[in-house]
Amino acid sequence: MFETFYPILFLVIVATGIALLLIFFSIFFGYRSKQGRKGNPYECGLTPVGTTKDPVPVKFYMVAILFILFDIEVVFLYPWAVISRKLGVFGFVEMLAFVIILLVGYFYILGRGALKWD
Amino acid sequence: MVPVSAYLIVAIVLFGIGTVGVLISRNMIVMFMCIELMLNAANLALIAFSRSLEVMDGHAFVFLVLTVAAAEAAVGLAIVLAIYRNRETINIDRFSILKW
Amino acid sequence: MIDYTSAGIDFGLIAPEIALLVTAFVILLISSIRRLNAFPIYIAFIGLVVTLALSIQQWSNQESGFFGMISCDNFGIAFKILFSATSLLVLLLGYRYMIARGIDRPEYSALLLISTMGMMVMANTTDLVVMFLGLEIMSVPLYVMAGFARRSLRSNEAAIKYFMMGAFASAFLLMGIAFVYGASGTTELRRIVADISFISSRHGAYIYAGAALILVGFGFKVAAVPFHSWVPDVYEGAPTPVTAFFSVAPKAAGFAVMLRIFLFGFADLEILSDVFWVLSVLTMSVGNILALRQGNVKRLLAYSSIAHAGYIMVALAVGGEEAVSAAIFYLVAYTIFNLGGFAVVTLLETRSGCRSNFSELPGLAATHPYLSAILALFMLALGGFPPTVGFLGKFYLFAAAIKSGYIWLAVIGVMNSFLSVYYYLRVVKASYFETSDEPFTPVSYTPAIVAVLIITAVGTLGLGFFPQQLLEFSRSAIFAFL
Repeated sequence: MFETFYPILFLVIVATGIALLLIFFSIFFGYRSKQGRKGNPYECGLTPVGTTKDPVPVKFYMVAILFILFDIEVVFLYPWAVISRKLGVFGFVEMLAFVIILLVGYFYILGRGALKWD
Repeated sequence: MVPVSAYLIVAIVLFGIGTVGVLISRNMIVMFMCIELMLNAANLALIAFSRSLEVMDGHAFVFLVLTVAAAEAAVGLAIVLAIYRNRETINIDRFSILKW
Repeated sequence: MIDYTSAGIDFGLIAPEIALLVTAFVILLISSIRRLNAFPIYIAFIGLVVTLALSIQQWSNQESGFFGMISCDNFGIAFKILFSATSLLVLLLGYRYMIARGIDRPEYSALLLISTMGMMVMANTTDLVVMFLGLEIMSVPLYVMAGFARRSLRSNEAAIKYFMMGAFASAFLLMGIAFVYGASGTTELRRIVADISFISSRHGAYIYAGAALILVGFGFKVAAVPFHSWVPDVYEGAPTPVTAFFSVAPKAAGFAVMLRIFLFGFADLEILSDVFWVLSVLTMSVGNILALRQGNVKRLLAYSSIAHAGYIMVALAVGGEEAVSAAIFYLVAYTIFNLGGFAVVTLLETRSGCRSNFSELPGLAATHPYLSAILALFMLALGGFPPTVGFLGKFYLFAAAIKSGYIWLAVIGVMNSFLSVYYYLRVVKASYFETSDEPFTPVSYTPAIVAVLIITAVGTLGLGFFPQQLLEFSRSAIFAFL
């Protein structure tokens, strides 16, 4: 059964070969500049300022953590939506209970001021 | 058709990577990611079994696990954040007021 | 359309859980509008009393509902009563301590209630999925409660260690459930029991791997020995009332589920009995030996709780009705006197700067004769002295073991109890017979904690003299379980 995969094997070998060959050429025949600007993230355009390890205000973490929760809860809404007609009133009431539980959490967050931006 | 054992092998390998990662890592976030990996390995196993048995409960269970994992992630990150505010580090080796 | 009438959607079955959830929500909503610190405790108190009443009212009402996901039998209801009573005592216990540390936030009561609800869900189901869900509802608030003293580095450390270990354990548990599901095509224990011989002949490896992984997961939760390393640290670092809760309620919930899974679901897997034999002996021996060297009462109680988990595991190794009812008896008894012990520690630690080291105990007996007598009573109960209920608990467990032919297990258990007497008596000795230069800072009683002390002390002694009620309770709890 593996005969059918020979062309793919051939392609893999050729692609790897070409890639290696190009790297090889550029190492031996290429021109290398040791200039400082060569090491910059952008060779032209904006000059980078500072490091990437700046502290981020903690309020972003708060929003991110809360987002994880509310985002994933939606996962239950999709299957329910697909068969909501079959589930009828019962399904609706159950989903209502679920959403109310989420809402309590949401009001708690609002009341504690976790979403206040400044 | 890929046999169920293939999925299981992948799941077990993922689970193993996660376990080893939790045991040897010293960074809380990495440990945490390894735990998520273990949970997802279990999810993969559940889905694979569910497909091979041709029953749907496994799929529903995976939804539950996903939300549980998210709740755990939120609490875990909040704890890590509280620690970071107090100590400015998340390296687990530094936690030795209480002897391990 | 799906037929819901036959699925038994009966909210009466989960009335205690709903009561807890609604109370927790009311607390959260009120506290988000106005930050009143004392008020939520009263609401939580009322909610827990209602829950307790609802649980008691369900007694001997065998029903299952919600598509077989919830099964309310006496076994589960017994644990419901135990959990809500425990939660009530812990709420009373923690009040003054939290104020003294400046961490008396309304969220504490809400988390306690939600965690209790998770335990109730765990004990009242025969479906592995719902068990997992209940376990997580229980655990996630506990992680937060361990770190409730946000500014304290000890509490932070306890929280992260508990969180990492708990999440690690639940990953194992989940993998185990996945394997069991793969082997049997269902997560419902009753259906697994029905054709376990067929399943284990066809998918033996899966079911054994699944059982082993589930065992590892719950081993972490109840702190059985190879998986116990987190216990002392978490118990020491967490606020003391929270530790009191940790040492009894999650352990009881873990054992409730383990009894169901391993003695009901996988009762036909012969090897499990031997595994539990080894685990039980390891757990009690290691717990007791490590406790010998502790210099802090809180840490000592942490190790002793590991040892007590070992005693209860005897029931898992032995199996059978008598052992299960002995395990329930022991769990109730252990809850009473261990909570009492922690109540004394809480009272001692509420004084500023005290951490209940042995060196801080001398002078207790001279200045507080009643408190030291009560402390001695709880220590004797933990060590298994007659006439306390601790003696009877151990007696029934080991008697059940001997009747089923596990003589050596009983002998090792009794030897371990003798070993444990040594370190329990060290506490008594430190408070009665040692002297120190430092004057003993007097403790300040509050009505709440005095109530806890009286209830637990009366329970420890009273049930020791008149165990009839509790015996009947634990016997009828297993009705329709096996």
